[in-house]
Amino acid sequence: MEKTNFEKIEAAEKRKALIGKVVTYFFLSLWGLIVLFPFYWMILTSIKSYGSYNAEYVPKFFTLTPTLQNYSDAFTEVSLGRYFFNTIIFTVLTTAAMVVIITLAAFAFARLKFKGKNLVFTLFLSLMMIPNELVIITNFVTITNMDLRNSFMGLILPSITSVFYIYLLKENFEQIPEELYKAAKVDGTSDFKYLIRVMIPICQPTIVTITILKVIECWNSYVWPRLITDDETYYLVSNGIQEIRENGFGRENIPAMMAAVVVISLPLIILFLVFRKKIMAGVSRGGTKG
Amino acid sequence: MKVNKLKGWLYLLPAILFLGVFLVYPLIDVVIYSFEENYNFASQTYTGVGFYNFSYVLHDPYFLQALKNTFILVIITVPLSTGLALIISLGLSSIKKLQDLFQTVYFLPYVTNTLAVGLVFMILFKKTAYSDGLINLLINFFGGESVDFIEGPYWAKMFVLCFYTIWIVLPFKILILTSALASVNKDYYKAAKIDATPKWRVFTKITLPMISPMIFYLVITGFIGAFKAYSDSVALFGTNLNVAGMNTIVGYVYDMLYGNSGGYPSYASAAALILFVIVLTITCINLMVSKKSKISVN
Amino acid sequence: MKVTLEHLTKRFPNRNKKIKADVVAVNDFTFEIPDGILVGLLGPSGCGKSTALNLISGLETPTEGKIYFDDDDVTMLPPENRGIGLVFQNYALYPHLTVLQNIMFPLQNFKGDKKMTKLAMEEKAREAARLVQIDELLERKPSEMSGGQQQRVAIARALVKQPNVLLLDEPLSNLDARLRLQTREEIRRIQRETGVTTIFVTHDQEEAMSISDLIVVMKDGVLQQIGKPQNVYDDPENLFVAKFLGTPAINVFEGKIKYGCLFIGNENVMELACKKDLEKDVYIGIRPEGFILNLDGALSLELQNVEVMGRDTSVVSKHENALSGNIRSIINAEDWINSESKLVRFDLKPKKVFVFDKETEKRIYFDKK
Repeated sequence: MEKTNFEKIEAAEKRKALIGKVVTYFFLSLWGLIVLFPFYWMILTSIKSYGSYNAEYVPKFFTLTPTLQNYSDAFTEVSLGRYFFNTIIFTVLTTAAMVVIITLAAFAFARLKFKGKNLVFTLFLSLMMIPNELVIITNFVTITNMDLRNSFMGLILPSITSVFYIYLLKENFEQIPEELYKAAKVDGTSDFKYLIRVMIPICQPTIVTITILKVIECWNSYVWPRLITDDETYYLVSNGIQEIRENGFGRENIPAMMAAVVVISLPLIILFLVFRKKIMAGVSRGGTKG
Repeated sequence: MKVNKLKGWLYLLPAILFLGVFLVYPLIDVVIYSFEENYNFASQTYTGVGFYNFSYVLHDPYFLQALKNTFILVIITVPLSTGLALIISLGLSSIKKLQDLFQTVYFLPYVTNTLAVGLVFMILFKKTAYSDGLINLLINFFGGESVDFIEGPYWAKMFVLCFYTIWIVLPFKILILTSALASVNKDYYKAAKIDATPKWRVFTKITLPMISPMIFYLVITGFIGAFKAYSDSVALFGTNLNVAGMNTIVGYVYDMLYGNSGGYPSYASAAALILFVIVLTITCINLMVSKKSKISVN
Repeated sequence: MKVTLEHLTKRFPNRNKKIKADVVAVNDFTFEIPDGILVGLLGPSGCGKSTALNLISGLETPTEGKIYFDDDDVTMLPPENRGIGLVFQNYALYPHLTVLQNIMFPLQNFKGDKKMTKLAMEEKAREAARLVQIDELLERKPSEMSGGQQQRVAIARALVKQPNVLLLDEPLSNLDARLRLQTREEIRRIQRETGVTTIFVTHDQEEAMSISDLIVVMKDGVLQQIGKPQNVYDDPENLFVAKFLGTPAINVFEGKIKYGCLFIGNENVMELACKKDLEKDVYIGIRPEGFILNLDGALSLELQNVEVMGRDTSVVSKHENALSGNIRSIINAEDWINSESKLVRFDLKPKKVFVFDKETEKRIYFDKK
């Protein structure tokens, strides 16, 4: 009797666990679908021809006659190529300049000794609390007065320093043992050479993470470019896609618009799939969107 | 020796220069702008100093509309997205197979261009001459009436905006909460299991207190982020948000600054400062609540 | 190269900001280190020995005093111009560079006519690696090596530029006991082979005694005694040095000089060659090997325990005037007679008995009869 009782308990427990598992996987998959569906839909729509898309009152979930016409339209009928190219230049220049500037600053805070260092660092930290929305007004006026509207300089200048990344990198630099610096000093290594040959290689993972996060930020930036450019030749992809939406193909050409969306989204998705672990670790260490 | 002391400043110089010009100076300047009355952008002159800009903004129906939109958005999306993220993270951390795949998929919206993917949401929800859109067909299938979510009634537009916002902010929250859950010492769960603690009790008495600092962090950053909502709205409803009635406070600031209705940096500054004060107040309240509840937990 | 320190002093502001007085890490050091020898800088932790090393290396500049390498004043010379090699306690190897790259690193900093070709640098590095016997491991990264191997790399890196002076900061303390013995022999051998003046810092007196030509004992930033290890052991100048050197440690008693004799409690343990009317409270230090078992001996101790360890026998006993709980005496195993007695009596070897002033803790010298 005893034994069968145990068996019953065991079977009931197993059933409960199984049901729990099925429910969990069901809801997780459901949310996965909600996340993925827009991506599927944009790819699907982008390979439907203009005619067939507009003929579908009830949209089809697949297409038997895929076409790349929309992609060629996206590059020829509107200046998607131009926006794309601009964004690459903007992203590369901004990220490169920022990495240089924050590395120098983080090195000064982490390694060099000078009067007022702690005070300046505290001031830097307090700058983290200033919201972008507050300073963008004056920056807009400043850039306008400097006659830098519709130029890469105007786009890049305000976003090439980040207090947060200086802080992140400084923390990382400080984890390098003091002895390494002393050893290098004894061997006659200059501060700058020590930074280049020892600190940067050791902290490379953090610098790569910062670079990737900045690239994502640059690629998606919308507000500042929108304020500072009204000449289409300097549009980035975000304002580009908005421009396409509002004045795009001369008619409501949704498949071509979706092709443009795919082209814009793809670089970051590829970047994410390649550096998945790094990006997720970096974001959980203190990145927030935007 | 003298050179050595200057060296530190030399390394800091670029950072200080850029932060000074584009962060510190603007901060002071924005306050000044907000008090300069009748500022003329072209001639850069003003007629007086006072609170007129604030009063103008606070009486501007567009601003009040933006204020209302923003508050609704905040009140709906912050609790909903945090709760949803918590449920999803709990689900994620309870499974072994496919965990990596789910995590990767869930994170995808983080790396997408808000403006670009917003267009996909728009076509999914939009009712056009050709088609009612996929979502409406779904509603029809369940016996409902078609609604134009993009150019239709206010509640429908607000629904899409909230939905898209949650879709966008969830990846970050899920990531933070799953790593918080993973960092809870497994021995607590083992001990609870041996004591036959019911699952719900394990959750409320062990898991929740352990990850509560992270939840508070998410709530605070969530509030701050949601108050600054803008590009999600542009993505769905286009740049002319005032006409669509879906403007946000940040959107109002930019519209005052530039565009068809722009050229008023004073009004923009006043609105931005009002936003700053709101966010600061909410954050302080949040911090106070979190401190109090910490004491009561102890 | 001869290293001379003259009135070397280093003060730091107190870390506790409420205390205005500076911390004196190194206080008025004056001594000379002859060319080509191995010197052990010895003292308990926090005694300022690492600061002294940093002053010699130039990583810190002294508050007062001078440092000479041979006849050149290097007090204010930056470290890179002093021609020193430095080995750190945790080795401070560059984690992202291979062993060969680590050893070559100092050579790549040479400028002007000292500049070397890549080939010459590599040849030099290999030579240094051979000297410390790690020439098989040149392509490895530091993280792929044991502590002992990392230590050798650190030494090779310090030696590769042929320094005038080699400085080692606690070189053995991160190694396990077996490796420590092996590595200290290795350091001795490398020093002999290169003939470079070497200063190493340690808190382990046994380590310092075993390989140094000269030891420098420090306490609280003050130089206590300098000399050959055996001389310092046999002839400590104060109570601290006597207590710090030797394992097992010296036994210390409270005692008295009276009637020209040395008293512990009521027992006259030794006659002294001094004035009969001198009366003084003193500390008496007796080395463990200073006891001779004698049934009619002058000093009686309360027997606690006897530990027989092969060649020697260690007798553990108690005395009410002893400062350090147990008294440990080492005697020849053959001399021990197992008895039920609770008491054990010893005579003392005069050369192993030191008398210190109770107030100053300075040694009082006597001719012992």
